[in-house]
Parts: sequence; structure tokens; C-alpha cells
Amino acid sequence: MGGRAWKFGDGISTDHIAPGRFFHLRSNLPELSKHVLEDARADFAPNVKKGDFVVGGRNFGLGSSREHAPTIIKMAGVEAVIAKSFARIFYRNCVNIGLPVIIADTDQIDEGNILEVDLSAGKVRNITKKIELNFPPLPEIMTKILLEGGLIPYIQKHGGLPDI
Amino acid sequence: MGKTLAGKLVSSHAGRNVSAGESAIVKVDYAFTHDASGPLVVKKLKEIGGGKLFDPKRVIIFIDHAVPSPRLEVSNDHAVLREFAKSSGCVFEEAGTGICHQVVAEKYAAPGRMIVGTDSHTVMAGALASFATGMGATDVSVAMTFGKTWLRVPETFRFVIDGKLPKGVYSKDIILHLIGMLGAEGATYKAMQFEGSTIENMEMSERLVLPNMSVEAGAKVGLIASDSKTEAYLKQMGRGDQFTELHPDANAQYEKTFEIDAAKLTPQVALPHAVDNVKPIGEIGEVKIDQVFVGSCTNARLEDIKIVASIIKGKKVAPGVRLMVTPASHKVYMEAVKDGTVQTLLEAGAVITPSGCGMCFGALGGVPADGERVFSTTNRNFQGRMGNPKAFTYLGSPAMAAATALKGVITHPAEVL
Ligand code: SF4
Repeated sequence: MGGRAWKFGDGISTDHIAPGRFFHLRSNLPELSKHVLEDARADFAPNVKKGDFVVGGRNFGLGSSREHAPTIIKMAGVEAVIAKSFARIFYRNCVNIGLPVIIADTDQIDEGNILEVDLSAGKVRNITKKIELNFPPLPEIMTKILLEGGLIPYIQKHGGLPDI
Repeated sequence: MGKTLAGKLVSSHAGRNVSAGESAIVKVDYAFTHDASGPLVVKKLKEIGGGKLFDPKRVIIFIDHAVPSPRLEVSNDHAVLREFAKSSGCVFEEAGTGICHQVVAEKYAAPGRMIVGTDSHTVMAGALASFATGMGATDVSVAMTFGKTWLRVPETFRFVIDGKLPKGVYSKDIILHLIGMLGAEGATYKAMQFEGSTIENMEMSERLVLPNMSVEAGAKVGLIASDSKTEAYLKQMGRGDQFTELHPDANAQYEKTFEIDAAKLTPQVALPHAVDNVKPIGEIGEVKIDQVFVGSCTNARLEDIKIVASIIKGKKVAPGVRLMVTPASHKVYMEAVKDGTVQTLLEAGAVITPSGCGMCFGALGGVPADGERVFSTTNRNFQGRMGNPKAFTYLGSPAMAAATALKGVITHPAEVL
């Protein structure tokens, strides 16, 4: 079990994840996802496997509000995005589409390490290095949304936004 | 305890008193999308409520990102949006009307409003004391269906900016300086509130730049209290009756207060490939430029274009440099035609494109070649932003853009003013 870590640096923007030059593919997400993160690492999209992890540095996902960015990361099979910190809109978009986002000290994860994530326990297990990283739970409203697989499944089940 | 602008705006839409750190469900006055996210929004609207809208008059679809459509896939997306607008009865702003944020400022934003849009620069309407923020397609679809969203009330960073800006220094230089100081995540989840005598003396055209780029420091909103300048702008837009006074309480609590002496600022440049890679123009050395772009929601209003025209009037763009100008909206374009600004620009050798996002984000037109350097009045210089990951983008003010177009190297505006 477990998935492989793909390491990215600080400041990975939505222009790295889903560049404007592929604008015309936005209504063709399977095609767009073939270019996911291409401008940051050309080897990622052709080789990523289901259950792998995107591991970033600081301010992952800064820039545009384009939800296509987390959507094509999820479509590529990525289990969760782990980074030292996230840009606000990207973070919320991930939760809304049911892609787990985890804030952890990613210096403890190297390229190719095998990872496992336990969302409810708040732990990233680095199987290769035999260490565990704890992460803080998401805000309550976000946990509710994530547990239903995203905001739209939540609304379809409960008929409206979560109570606050 | 007193309230910040953000606290007041969220409380009034939550129907109860909420303070920084608390989350609340809030009523939304306008929810909008555009051709970059609209097709995804339409899909989600159908999944959520069969395409039902809470109030079609408060839901807006803009065609602005790829105008005119460069290829058949985009044309088909535009057709989907036209069709949905027709069947749902929502407000539709056709291609050529202008960049969504500019048109929101002209037609929809007013003090006290809550506005969400599928675009990070939705924050620009904060210059009119609207709580305006960017969200993804799912959140905005929910807001369009139910007229509500959820928000966490942000803590506020307050920027008190006093003094007279030196010659050749503009609001763009203030915000670039602040982003350089804070870093690209220095204000993540925060509200940035701008005040002080420099702001009070600024016209709306200049003010809009500050909230617009607040998102480049990670902020959730950028806000300016409403005052006589806000009222004058709304009157100019034929909406004087929508003015209300809205300012923070004198005893509001701020997470941090920054005091800026405007008189000490110099023109600032953001270097590739990060908006927070900011240096004063004196420290960048000689940077040769291949293309100059005056456009985007940040800096392509009539006043911006007029500054450019006044600097290049009677002169020619430097050999080897392309100057591209994209008026932010149809209204701006019309006025620039009527008052001769367009003619001045054309005579100097500029290319003028239809109103829209244009070359700001790399979807059509003006894509730089490998290794080329672009000077741009836009808000982002990320790698690949303008359509080529092997090109380089420098950001600065319209006056600097004009000076640079004349000299072929990034130039201090005071040299030509
Ligand atoms: S002009 Fe540029 S930054 Fe502004 S909305 Fe359009 S693409 Fe976004």
C-alpha cells in the first residue's frame, strides 16, 4: 500500500498546474489533465500513478481561482496534496472537490518516498523513512464537506450548506 | 468592540455580529463567472439544483477572457454560456463589454455589497467598499443557486498610507512595494484595509489597483472605506443613488498596522517569475524589453491609457519594441476613442486590441517568443503566465510602461514625464 511522493518547490502557481495556454481544453478535463503541472515538472503527468502524492513547499496553488487546477490533480489519481502552506482559494477548492489538502513539514519527505495518509488520525506516514508527521485537523466545516467527498455531494445529501 | 470594514461587511450579510476568526453563512448580492470558469459553473449548477438560480438579476456571466475567441473549443464554450444565460435569464455581458472586474466596478459594486466571482481578482471591488472575493466554480455555483456562501471573517492588516506620491509614482508602486514587503503569502486569509491621506486623495481609477493586487499577497479581500471620491465615481457611472457611507469603527481591532510614507516611495518593478520579487527601479540595472503590454483589470482604465498617451504623444515606440494596449472595458475604449487617446497611441505605433483580458494570461494573442522579455501593467508574472514558460514578465505602472516603450529598456517614468 501507499503511494509515491512527487516533490515540488515553493510557490507552485495555478499557472504551473493548469496553464492559460491550454485554456481551450478547460471543457475537456481528461485532455487538460495530461498537462497537469507540466510547467513545473514535465515528468509528472506521464508517470503519476493512482494513489500518489503531490508534495509541495510554501504557498502551494497561488494565483487564479480556476478550479480546473485541483480538479486535474485529482483526475490524475493523486490521493492528497501535502505542502508547508497553501494559497487560500486553492485550499478551499480542493476541499470542495473532495481532494484532501494537508499542511505538514514536507522537508521530511523526499522525492520518491512511499507515503500513507490517515486523515482522521491527522498523520502522514513516511514508510520509506519510517517516520510519522502529524498535521492539524481542518476547520470543522471543511471536514464535514471533505467527508462527503466534496461540497456538491454534501449538498445533494443534506439539501444545503453545512450549518455553522 | 469596534469593527473593521471586513467585520462590518460580513456581519451585515450574516445577520448577526461576527468577529475575526468566526465563520458565518452570508447572503450574497452578486455572484459572477466568466468564460474561463463559466462552462464548469454551468455544469455544477445543473448538478446542484438543475440550473436554478436564486435571483437571475444577481447572477452575471461575462465573456472576457478570450475575446474574440481564438479557436473552436473556446467558441463552443462561449456558446454554452450564451445558451445558459438565455434559458436562465441571468445577466449576460457579451464579448467586448470588458474585463469582468472593470465592469463590476462600473455597474455592480457599491458600498456594503457582498460579491463573489470565479476569479481571484474579484477582490478589486473592495475599492468601492464591497466585500468581494474570488472562489472556485463549486463555491460560486452554490452562491448562484442559494444566494449564500460561507466565510470565515478575516483578521485585518491595516495600511495607513500618508503623504504625497513623488512624480512618476502611482498606486501600482504602492501595492508592489507592499507585496514585496509582505511576500506572496504574507497576507494569506487576511483582509488588507487601505487608508490614510494618500488614499483619500486618490481617484477611484488609482484606488482600484490596491485591492486588485491584494490577492497577490494572499489576501481574501482588499478594502477601502467609502467617501466623497466613491460617491463621485458612482455618480459618474450613473449610480449615485447607490452610495452609502461605510467606514471602519475608530476603535476597531487590527492584527497589524503598517504605516507607509508615500513621499519616500520610488517606482517599483516585480521581476520574473514572482509578484513578490519586487525591486525599486534603481536596483534592476538595464533590462531590455521586447514587448510592452498595457492592459488587464489592474491598470487599463481610461486614466491609465491617458497617462501612456500623454507620455508617447508625438513620439514613436522604440525600434524592436511592440506596444500592445487593451482598454479594460467598452466604456473605457469608447471614451479613449472620443477624446483622441486612441489616435495618439496608434500614431506612436501601438497595437490596440478589443477589451478583455487580452494577453494577460496567455490564452490568446501577444504570446512572447522564447527568451523574450515583456513589460506589463498586469498583476502576475508567473512562469508561463503570458502563454510561454520560456518568456519573462516584468510588472510595473502604466507610466513606466510608456517610458519603457519609448526607450526599449525599463525606464523610470520621471525621465519622460
Ligand atoms: S485581466 Fe488578467 S488578471 Fe484580470 S481578470 Fe483578466 S486574466 Fe485575470
